[in-house]
Amino acid sequence: MRARVLIRPKSGILDPQGQAVERALPALGFGGVSKVHVGRLVELDVEDASQLPAMCERLLANPLIEDYEIIENA
Amino acid sequence: MKFGVIRFPGTCDDVDAQLAAARVGEAELLWHRDRDLKDVDAVIVPGGFSYGDYLRTGAIARFAPIMESVIEFAHSGGLVLGICNGFQILCECGLLPGALLVNDHLKFVFRQVQLEVVDRDTPFTRNCPPKLSIPVKHTTGRYYSPEPVQVTLRYAPGQNPNGSQDDIAGVVNNAGNVFGLMPHPEHAVDALTGSTDGLTIFESIRAAVGERVRVA
Repeated sequence: MRARVLIRPKSGILDPQGQAVERALPALGFGGVSKVHVGRLVELDVEDASQLPAMCERLLANPLIEDYEIIENA
Repeated sequence: MKFGVIRFPGTCDDVDAQLAAARVGEAELLWHRDRDLKDVDAVIVPGGFSYGDYLRTGAIARFAPIMESVIEFAHSGGLVLGICNGFQILCECGLLPGALLVNDHLKFVFRQVQLEVVDRDTPFTRNCPPKLSIPVKHTTGRYYSPEPVQVTLRYAPGQNPNGSQDDIAGVVNNAGNVFGLMPHPEHAVDALTGSTDGLTIFESIRAAVGERVRVA
């Protein structure tokens, strides 16, 4: 099964990458942009999708600083 | 006493760490795929870019075979020092609390920083003066922990190079035998490069190991 894992900085933790992108967009003339956050995308084929949460907890994300979202059959 | 310095693919400060350790004792290289710690008295996880910093800094290195032995060594009270990428690895493998995030200004920072030694009652800081001048060089050094931690080193007022929580530059675990810091003491051991303050951390470890041997 093809799966997709979205990893985001936890809310409340300073996200300087998101801030930098948020500042860059108006400089290019794109107005009305706010709350920009930059995370990571991991796509993978897995035989046993039930293992995905453990994969996220142990390697793909650091639960202390990141939230993850698993999208099955991506 | 004998220090062991780990080399992962992408480690780049292992040689400086060995040279610094060799000023106070013996220093031996430990290979990431080995499990044998070669009877060292203290382990140094040095700086660099282990596994290319892929995924997250330190995320892959923690699963190297040698790290299983290091975790076991730490759990049995062995002294472990993690510098920069080594600090990131020790946080990722759970030997130290917290995590290191990208610098608040997003830039690589490389400069001498002034540090305050806030806890001199550790095996790593017992011989340190109250203030140290040691260089930092990193992009991912912003320490963060949602839980209270045992702070050992802080950046002096106005010196914080990365936006770390409470100006934290180094922490120890609850047992006091695992120490991680972002500044590089191994780059501050010769007057030629501006400071010998880093040597006091290696001397502290030697003194602590010497005392343990005498007690045993």
